Amino acid sequence: MFVAAVASGLVLGGMYALIAMGLTLQYGVARIMNLAHGELMIAAAFAAFWLFTSAAVNPLVGLLLVVPAAFAVSWAIYRLLLTPLVARAPNRDALEVDSILATFGMLFVIQGVMLAMFGGAYYSYSFLAFPVNIAGATVAANRLLALGFAAAIGLGLYLYLTRTRLGTAVRAVAVDPNSAPLVAIDVRATAALAFAFGGALVAAGGVLISMFLTFNANIGVVFTMKALIVVIMGGVGNLLGCLVAGLILGLVETFVATWIDPGLTLAATYAIFLVILLVRPQGLFGTASR
Amino acid sequence: MKPVLALAAAAIAVAFLAAVPLYADAYQLSLAITLMNYTVLATAWSLFSGPTRYVSLATVAFFGIGAYTVAVLAERMAWPYILLIALAVGLAVALVVGLSTLRLSGVYFVIFTFGLAELIRQIVTWYEVNVTRTLGRYVFVDIDAADIYWQLLGLAVLAFAAGVLIRRSRLGLALRVIGDDETVARHIGINTTFAKVALFALSASFMTLCGAVMAPRWTYIDPAIAFNPVVSFQVLIMALLGGVHRLYGPLFGVVPLVLLFEFLLARFPNHFSILVGLAFMLIVYAIPQGIVGFAERIARGKRGAA
Repeated sequence: MFVAAVASGLVLGGMYALIAMGLTLQYGVARIMNLAHGELMIAAAFAAFWLFTSAAVNPLVGLLLVVPAAFAVSWAIYRLLLTPLVARAPNRDALEVDSILATFGMLFVIQGVMLAMFGGAYYSYSFLAFPVNIAGATVAANRLLALGFAAAIGLGLYLYLTRTRLGTAVRAVAVDPNSAPLVAIDVRATAALAFAFGGALVAAGGVLISMFLTFNANIGVVFTMKALIVVIMGGVGNLLGCLVAGLILGLVETFVATWIDPGLTLAATYAIFLVILLVRPQGLFGTASR
Repeated sequence: MKPVLALAAAAIAVAFLAAVPLYADAYQLSLAITLMNYTVLATAWSLFSGPTRYVSLATVAFFGIGAYTVAVLAERMAWPYILLIALAVGLAVALVVGLSTLRLSGVYFVIFTFGLAELIRQIVTWYEVNVTRTLGRYVFVDIDAADIYWQLLGLAVLAFAAGVLIRRSRLGLALRVIGDDETVARHIGINTTFAKVALFALSASFMTLCGAVMAPRWTYIDPAIAFNPVVSFQVLIMALLGGVHRLYGPLFGVVPLVLLFEFLLARFPNHFSILVGLAFMLIVYAIPQGIVGFAERIARGKRGAA
């Protein structure tokens, strides 16, 4: 029972880490607090569902279609809808407020479109749903696969950010957007790139989650909330912090659901959030306090 | 306008509004209640969020606390006591949330309030399912639509009075400094946490009472009805459309948007949330200062040109 709980907690935590990495890129680099983040994830889950059930496309192949599409859509959202806000904001706080308001509006638009298309019912599909035995615990194969992919994507992102010129530029903008132009970095283009990468990551998370969780059109907000908590817990802009905080959140949720009550998982999440805010508001691995 | 004149005009307006239930039919009264409900909520919202510029997404959390307290306590005690208890619960939650998040940067507050309604809804649902085993309650109290309307009108008057008094006090000045620059506010010796928490608690009190007063409208209440996130969203856009830097600003958002939402809900019930979202984005992009701010800028422009 314990091993099974740890296994499914790690899978869930891996997913949280993945979507939180997307959010931390968007917030840490592009300075956009994106409240519609979870909606994009659910949209990706619906896309994977639709591809699988109507066109029999394997979700892993679907990943190759959905993720680039999400990258393009996010890039367009940043360029068309968010750049005007960046241009008119006198300082960072004003941009934060404006971006929160604008993406709050987007949340309802995307959610409304999904409700109109799919209704409020819960969806799921069966893909690789056979049990695998690990250290005495049985775990569904699709969960293991999802965890593997999440780890690979996260590692790829980490290497991209630390080992390439473009990734270094992204990190430079995150550290100081005012000084980055001095070393010939195009801040707007880099921010758009980071925002689009964030969208791609959350879409990947959505496709992977659709393989083993049931979802509906209204559930995106909950994932946004959890991603925000993971981002703050790990320290804004910190990928490693995201990973650790995401895994902690997944494990805590699974433990609460297994031994206390499944109805209290969100309460447990919030309890963690409150404790973090009270004790270490800069996050577990953050250094600079804002 | 001179203060005496303003006071007289306000008294006449209130007397006129108080007479509405005497000659309105059932539909008009129900529309008037909706208008008054959002007037209270949007004014309460901008009491806190207007001067400080902290965006609160938790309106329905407090509204729902009020409504649900009434649902639990209805028939057990007299109406004024129920309102007092609802107020106490709302105030306690507001203090906990305010003290833990308002000491920090604004974005933490936004995030926390973003999920607060969902959290309270889940806890209440869990409690009802596991402890009381009754999900969904009936509210039978001897209060008709006209009573609700008058109570809401009373709340609206109180909210406006509170707004006027705060604006003239040291607290109001402190809040405006915080809204302009919080670092400066701290440096000139303003206790920013106290000012923010006090105002947040006051604003939450009005929202809680508003929910409590509105509860008898439904007769049946479950957590999903009481904590409906669309309410927070609607209050936010109404306040923003009207303009939050003036006390009467939200009124200019409440009236057109309540009528618009009535129309949209009747004509396009399945696409309501898309249309509301689009209306919201239009407001954020096109008139970020709200109608009142927009009108003032035009008036100022004309005067400057002349």
